[in-house]
Amino acid sequence: MTEIERLPYDVVVIGAGGSGLRAAIEARQAGLRTAVISKSLFGKAHTVMAEGGCAAAMGNVNPNDNWMVHFRDTMRGGKFLNNWRMAELHAKEAPDRVYELEAWGALFDRTKDGKISQRNFGGHEYPRLAHIGDRTGLEMIRTLQQRVVALQQEDAKTLGDPEAMLKVYAETTITRLISDGERIAGAFGYIRESGQLVVFEAPAIVLATGGIGKTFKVTSNSWEYTGDGHALALLAGAKLMNMEFVQFHPTHMVWPLSVRGLLVTESVRGDGGVLKNSLGDRYMFKYVPDVFRDKYAETEEEADRWYSDPDHNRRPPELLPRDEVARANNAEVKAGRGSPHGGVFLDIASRLPAEEILRRLPSMYHQYKELADVDITKEPMEVGPAQHYVMGGVEVDPDTGGSCVPGLFAAGEVSGGMHGANRLGGNSLSDLLVFGRRAGVGAAEYLNNLGEKRPTPSEGEIAAAQVEALAPFERAVGENPYTVHSEVQDTMFNLVGIIRNETEIKNALAELGKLRERAGVVRAEGGTAYNPGWHLALDLRNIVLIAECVAQAALERTESRGGHTREDHPEMSPQWRKVNLICTLDDDKITLTKQAMIPMREDLLALFERSELKKYMTEDELPPEPAAQEENQ
Amino acid sequence: MGTKVKLKIWRGDSGQGELVDYEVEANDGEVVLDVLHRLQATQAGDLAVRWNCKAGKCGSCSMEINGQPRLACMTRMSLFAPEETITVTPMRTFPVIRDLVTDVSFNFEKARQIPSFAPDPKVGLGEFRMQQVDVQRSQEFRKCIECFLCQNVCHVIRDHEENQQAYAGPRFLMRIAELEMHPADTADRREIAQDEFGLGMCNITKCCTEVCPEGIKITDNALIPMKERVVGRKYDPLVWLGNKITRRAHNDTPKVPDKKAQ
Repeated sequence: MTEIERLPYDVVVIGAGGSGLRAAIEARQAGLRTAVISKSLFGKAHTVMAEGGCAAAMGNVNPNDNWMVHFRDTMRGGKFLNNWRMAELHAKEAPDRVYELEAWGALFDRTKDGKISQRNFGGHEYPRLAHIGDRTGLEMIRTLQQRVVALQQEDAKTLGDPEAMLKVYAETTITRLISDGERIAGAFGYIRESGQLVVFEAPAIVLATGGIGKTFKVTSNSWEYTGDGHALALLAGAKLMNMEFVQFHPTHMVWPLSVRGLLVTESVRGDGGVLKNSLGDRYMFKYVPDVFRDKYAETEEEADRWYSDPDHNRRPPELLPRDEVARANNAEVKAGRGSPHGGVFLDIASRLPAEEILRRLPSMYHQYKELADVDITKEPMEVGPAQHYVMGGVEVDPDTGGSCVPGLFAAGEVSGGMHGANRLGGNSLSDLLVFGRRAGVGAAEYLNNLGEKRPTPSEGEIAAAQVEALAPFERAVGENPYTVHSEVQDTMFNLVGIIRNETEIKNALAELGKLRERAGVVRAEGGTAYNPGWHLALDLRNIVLIAECVAQAALERTESRGGHTREDHPEMSPQWRKVNLICTLDDDKITLTKQAMIPMREDLLALFERSELKKYMTEDELPPEPAAQEENQ
Repeated sequence: MGTKVKLKIWRGDSGQGELVDYEVEANDGEVVLDVLHRLQATQAGDLAVRWNCKAGKCGSCSMEINGQPRLACMTRMSLFAPEETITVTPMRTFPVIRDLVTDVSFNFEKARQIPSFAPDPKVGLGEFRMQQVDVQRSQEFRKCIECFLCQNVCHVIRDHEENQQAYAGPRFLMRIAELEMHPADTADRREIAQDEFGLGMCNITKCCTEVCPEGIKITDNALIPMKERVVGRKYDPLVWLGNKITRRAHNDTPKVPDKKAQ
């Protein structure tokens, strides 16, 4: 078992979800020998759970839509903390990435004139989400999976081996990145089925590992979301940015307990569903914040008219960005107006005919029927917030996805910046495609410039990684990794959750300090072949490390913005808007630094009215007064 | 709050194994996967279970529960009588890796043999026009979460391992049907459906449809219409005559890509 297998590649993509597969496809199309590391089986990645759709300003349903409107919505949703260059690239390139999926076989729902249909979603001014019922993520992953297969078939024909240029390593986990001095040189890990230890030797590595959901007790995220890429990057010397911004999606199942955290798609609200408290009040009208006041309806009548006449009415407040809705739901429950199981009511039954609900929301119908005995065409759903997404992540160059470590790239949820303080629904799937592709291109360019100067993985680091990976078996006594994990999740959900304050975060940090020590001495029983106890023992390092980053950053940022709400600092501060909080690791210690945000390019700034920018920015950042004449649209 | 439930779980690897008895707590509203997780956390840390989303969307946690092929995450404990011993075993059709985890690579190999989506290369990005009513048929098949329960239950391969070479199984025959019904696809896979993927071996017992957690009508909507299309082609007198006259093999059916040289 001590024999380590060596696998040489040009590019290794860690993660086989939307961004990982898109990056791998691009790298292979650029002629690079590419490996995809999949923590699960091929085609099971967390991307399959995305329901609502993929945001792209194609303008198929409302021709007024274009990249500038999408850009504006994204910046507003992110409370102007977004990396504006990423938001720009994203808004401009998303339509082509969606069309590309169509050319690879994806079957989106159609408009009457045969184009890709688009649906409404929170924070998006126009119907913008390309979708397939409420299983868009599945369609996307399957399409990318089948594109990988199509490329492999080409290679089978021309090279006699389908895996000559692009190979998927299913059920394989990376535990360390290996360097050569400053540069990335490889990745160390194990193959689940056999426990075989492997080193991928590659000058370019793309992290596409997704998020950190398993850091929290109640989460919509799947098993794999243990912050692997975040932690690998940190350990390899890269920077994480804005880790305090964690999205709590407002509508998840709250009952039965076993499915607590299961996502209820935002499409329910996009298609007319409304939130009500135990008194039957449609309460969202009370929770429209000042920055959005002029864009949302003030009466139920106006809100209801919007579904059929969006050009002459303002949007229903149920379609505010997710952070606003989550806080509102939370406040209603705290005020004692919650549902029997501690949530609120989401009602689609009284809003649409049963057959229409079945057509538009088949998975939701199925999910409630099977798991909760609730018929959503007849009764309201009970919903509550759960951890859903992390906006923070590896700091990357917007154009290439490159981190500060040469050869290390990141795309998708593991990267930071794109979504600012809060991600709009639908912007995740498009993010995966746009920046997955860009990371693939970035890796290819990096390799081109590298020439003959390929790095050699450090043997010392490989040996250390091996010792670390096998350590849980070496301990004669040691704690149960499941117990430690469960305590981290409780600590984070209770103390660094949706509403935060200084005292609780400090308590969490004290707790996490102890948990990190305990995580370092957990024990695994049994052998190395398909042993979940061992896998969790190794994942724990990442979970605890990232939990600490989130807590430290949450303590530092003394304001409330998007996915970071401090009850002791409820205001959004223009001063803080200019600040990115950066986590780095020095000798096992997390260091937090404030980094100034690059001012937005003038032409992008000109897309907003001065009066709106004023709500977010300090006086000296604003464009000069006359620029206000620039009209939108 | 919990009650104790009795489980028999198959433990072992490809070599050998046995059913092991466990007693574990179960709470109101839980599913079988919750109970397996509690078992891992409290009694059997190394119990191998493949799972991922725990929401019935990824199709990872396929296993046999009291002999029924099911997703563990969608099987509620309330389905069983309180005193009942629940027996959990790995999918029978595929080789066991360890405990409840099987080697499903057969499926990925079959997937790679089916000629991919082949649109008209002249259609540019964003220029596809398709009607909802036309995409709907294939959309049903694309709901497939690749849990492979249909593959597991299909007796053509469940009871006859030797058929695995010549038979792709319901999931991949449905994939062929999906491409055949895709409004923008130009290839013709009818002949290879029959000759290379064993469509004829399916004798429409509908076991696949019964176990599909997505409720896809695999037999009625994919396999039978596909059989009809094959027959339509095979016995089409014009096709037959055309082949006689031109003495050409069908060039409209792409060949199965070469398998990897072992």
